[in-house]
Parts: sequence; C-alpha cells; structure tokens
Amino acid sequence: MGRLLEVSDLQVRFNTPEGVVHAVNGISYHLDEGETLAIVGESGCGKSVSVMSILGLIPTPPGEILSGQAHFHEQDLLQLNERELERIRGAAIAMIFQDPMTSLNPVLTIGLQITESLMLHLSMDAEQANQRAAELLELTGFSQAAARLGDYPHQFSGGMRQRAMIAMALGCNPSLLIADEPTTALDVTIQAQIVELALKLRDKLGMAIIWITHDLGVVARIADRVLVMYAGYIMEEASVFDLYKDPRHPYSLMLLSSLPRVDQRRSGKLRPIPGSPPSMLTQPKGCPFAPRCSYAIDRCREANPPLEQIAPGRRVACWVNLEEAS
Amino acid sequence: MNPPASEPLVQVKGLKKYFPLTRGILIQRAVGAVHAVDDITFDIFQGETLGLVGESGCGKTTAGRTILGLYPATDGQITIAGLDVRGASRAQLRHLRQKARMIFQDPYSSLNPRWTVSSIVSEPLRVHKLLANEEQRLARVRELLELVGLSGRYLNRFPHEFSGGQRQRIGIARALASNPEFIVCDEPISALDVSIQAQIINLLEDLQQRLGLTYLFIAHDLAMVRHLCNRVAVMYLGGIVELAEGNELYDHPQHPYTQALLSAVPVPDPEQDRKRERMILSGEVPSPVNPPSGCRFHTRCPIAKDHCTELVPEWREVRPDHWVACHEVVA
Repeated sequence: MGRLLEVSDLQVRFNTPEGVVHAVNGISYHLDEGETLAIVGESGCGKSVSVMSILGLIPTPPGEILSGQAHFHEQDLLQLNERELERIRGAAIAMIFQDPMTSLNPVLTIGLQITESLMLHLSMDAEQANQRAAELLELTGFSQAAARLGDYPHQFSGGMRQRAMIAMALGCNPSLLIADEPTTALDVTIQAQIVELALKLRDKLGMAIIWITHDLGVVARIADRVLVMYAGYIMEEASVFDLYKDPRHPYSLMLLSSLPRVDQRRSGKLRPIPGSPPSMLTQPKGCPFAPRCSYAIDRCREANPPLEQIAPGRRVACWVNLEEAS
Repeated sequence: MNPPASEPLVQVKGLKKYFPLTRGILIQRAVGAVHAVDDITFDIFQGETLGLVGESGCGKTTAGRTILGLYPATDGQITIAGLDVRGASRAQLRHLRQKARMIFQDPYSSLNPRWTVSSIVSEPLRVHKLLANEEQRLARVRELLELVGLSGRYLNRFPHEFSGGQRQRIGIARALASNPEFIVCDEPISALDVSIQAQIINLLEDLQQRLGLTYLFIAHDLAMVRHLCNRVAVMYLGGIVELAEGNELYDHPQHPYTQALLSAVPVPDPEQDRKRERMILSGEVPSPVNPPSGCRFHTRCPIAKDHCTELVPEWREVRPDHWVACHEVVA
C-alpha cells in the first residue's frame, strides 16, 4: 500500500479574546491508501483541527497554522492557495460532518447539492450529473433514488441526511474520506447503519478513511489504526487490535478501563479518570495528562515526553513504561 | 446487582401523554396529537434503579416528566410514595416536589448563569421554606456540595467557572437539597466527556447507597444502563416493548427491537466487536403523530407477520419477571 497522506510537525493555535488556544501542538501522522485511521479523543483535544487545518477548513484568523507539512500525492496541502485547495476538497478528498442538518443547505434540493460538485469537479452536464446523483443515492441505500433528488433536507430524517451527505462526498470518487464525528448526533441503530454503509463503500471503492470520533466502540468496529489524542498531542498510535488489547499510554489504558460494556455483566464499580481535561489556554511544562494520571512520576510533571516509536507502527508519548509499572 | 426486594415506591399504570397539534393562530383547532407516551405500565421499587432506554423521540423523557407531574398526563395513574400524582392537591404537589426531583441532561442550560452556586443549590430550600435562616441554608449548601464532591469554597462562584462534570455535580446537589426519595435522572451523562461520565455514575451510586434513593435512569447509552440499573425497560415509539432484570434483558433479549438495539451497540474491543452478529434495522422510526396500527414496531420488524399489523400485542411475562409486548415471542 502506498502512502496517501503524510502530515508532519503540524502546529495550530487559535488567537481568542481569552488567550491563545494551543489546539494542535506539533503532531505528525500518516495514512496509507485504502486504510482507515481513527483519531479518538475528548472534546477540545484537537482531533478535528488536526485534520481540518490541512484542508484549509479552519477560519484564519482566529486560527493560525504555525508550522507543518501535509503531503498528499506529491503536493504539500499547506502550501496550496485557496483555489488549488478547492480543486482537491470535495474531489480527491471528501468530507462528511457531525451534523447533517447544518451541513446541508436547507433551501436547495438534495439533487442540486449532489450535482453541484459533479458539475464543478467533473465538468458533467446537468443530465449526466442528475443520473450520477441518482446512482449515488442508490449506492447509499435510498430506494426510488431518482425521485428523491427533488426533496429538500427537511424532508429527510437524520440518518437519511447523513446518507445523502455520504452520497455527496462520494460523487468524485475520492481517495480519502474524512468523517468528522459523523454518527455522534445519530441514534445507535442509525449509527450502525451508517458505519456498515461506510465500511461497505470503503471496501467497494477502495478509499482511505480518517474517522474522527470520541466513541471507542465505533473505533473498535471501524479502524485499522488509531491515534489517541489529548490536549493537542498524540498520546499513542497503534493498530486497533494492539491498542485495545495492550494499551501503552496511561490515558488510553485509563480511558478503556473506565468504560462499561454492553456485552458483559457488571464487575464492580467503574474506574473513572479523576479530574477534568485541561484548559488549552495554558501549556503545562510537563505531560498534559500528568495531573490525572495514576502512573505519573516526578519527571512527568517537569518535561513533556516526546512521541517515540516503541515497536513498528506503534508510538507512545510517556516517560513511564506501563509494562514495568503494572 | 439484584433488585432489592421491597415495595414499589412509584407505580405507573396505563400512562398516556399526548401533545395536541393545532392549526390556526387566533382560533386554534386540534388537528391531531403526538402520541409521545402511549399506555405504559411499570413499578419502581424502593431503593432500585430502573433504566428507561430507547432512541430519541421514543418518549422516554416525556415519560419521566409526566411521572413527576411536570406535564399533565392525558390518561392513566401515577402513584409516588402513596400519593396519587394526578389527583393531588396543591399542598400535596408541593410536598411531592420535595420528595421527587429531577437531574437534567444539559448541565449548561439547566443552571441559571446569573446565579451563584449558593443560590442555585439553596433554591429548593427557599421555595419549600425548609430551613429557618440564611445561616442554616448556607451550612446545608456547603454540606451538599461536599456530598457531591465539590469544595464548600465554591459557594459564591458562577456556573461558567465550572467544567461540565462539575456543573452536573451542582445540578445533583440542587436535586438533593430537599431530601428527596425519588430522582428522575434524564440523560445525566450524555453531554459529558467520556472520561467524566464514570465519575458521575459512581457519584449517583454512592448517593443512592448513602441516602437510600430510588432512581428512574433515562438514557440511550445501553452499556452504562447495564452497569447501573437493576431493571431495564425498553421504549419504542411511546410504548414499552420489553422490561426485565438487567442481566436477563441483556443476555436474553426477547423483543426483536431490543435485540436489534443491543446488537447495534459497538463494543470497545475490536476482536469481540467484529465477531458480534448484527441486526441492522432498515428504515427509520415512524412518526408518533400517526403511529402504525397493531404492533408499533411492525414496519421495521424482521419477523413481523400479517396479524402484527392489526393486533396490538399483549404485555406478557415470557420468562420469570421478563415482560414483552410481541406476538411472536414464545413463552
């Protein structure tokens, strides 16, 4: 598998009236063709910004990209101007978002919104585009797809809107689909529909996916590889099986062990992570997770550990060796 | 956890709550009704936690609010600690509001941003004139804050100074101020970060043990409900389709909707999750304005037969203490 995306040393901050928000603090990650990468973390950990910033999708100002490269097919996305980026967004790189209600235009028909990118990127005429749009809706599970093209978003339920968003995203045969919390606003049975659909389409169309979420259950279902983020840093990178079987960062470990499971009987009390996620307005001297970490040693409070490779495909940012500690 | 053997503290029988749909601005005519809660029956025993689960729009929040008398019921009976909620006098309702309280989903919108923590938590004490003077009230607020794991020093701070988890603790302290026996917890953790949810759940458990509370826990997080609740009721489109002891329900779900719902929940373990059999429901939940005839679930049910479209299924005990509303489940 070839390398599709290579992001290095990405640093993004937001200059707000309250102060400087250090959203992403010099992270590096990559994605291979056809691979599904999950970026998991809690709200405000920088998981969305670390992807949206490379597509020029954060408002600048207040956002500011301080450093970084993002190589996608020989090009550094961060060096492209807005027009060049527009040619990639919605075509080779497609996106779906959390709230399909707000990311669809309420006064345009679904058909018009799907055909827009087909006519723009693929120079189709209206008839070709309509035909392709109907095919796409069928691909994403709509019955009588052609008749649906004249519908408005409000006539669709949440799950249908998200499927229409996916149809729109797939229009130009993207090699990368970025899914930013696409199932968070949906009910669990609809979430299952969307996840199954994404997996089916991934296998059928051979695209790579970056799936941004806070739901460790969805990650377990969909991902090949996982980045665990906290306070604007990658804490751990691992294959999905390694991460859940043998988490090496205390944050991953404590997060996984705080979750109850629907398929298992209760075994005593939950083991929560104490404290709250940190404010992104201040940059701690040490590891940002140290104040909540049950494994923290003095060194953790003094210096922020770098993300280091501990095995092929496996990186951890922690001074403590969890294997020895536990 | 086994359900504590005791008397029902809360009894709900044939409860219905319809919201009228009207047309016209000056002269409003009823043109239909949203059947938000349509004939539900269950008991909640002293000291237990009953989970009420279902997807958005199934009526679980409306059920919780109607039980507390916050919405007038359309039909049915509600009894809390021997008091008939629908027939209660004003004085009795005042007493009920002390003994039966609510914790809300959104810790951001459920606290008045202009009030200090002290005024928020002491409001029930003032409204119900529970303590004689300000000094006693302040002492009680400090005690309550410490009970929910917050420092008594926070008295004069405002909600915006707190994180989501801390705000939810303030909401819990307010709910506890009047020494309630019964608390409706309406999605108390769904607005919180994953790492904070377990803290709040453990707090609710500790409080239940220390104060002997009874909970109705409304949620859509099925894993958390299994962890916390003694018994679980599953709602679909205004009706309860299944009710059983927690492990019994999760290990032996009988209703096809419950089976689909449980199979849809992802498990945070890729090896297990990818082995699980999934029942993907087609379509969407129908509108509660015109719920389907017969069994409400028949439009999406994988095993529906002809009679399911006509006959409303009976509420039957198919295994010991395991109740299901489905024609096709064999006892």
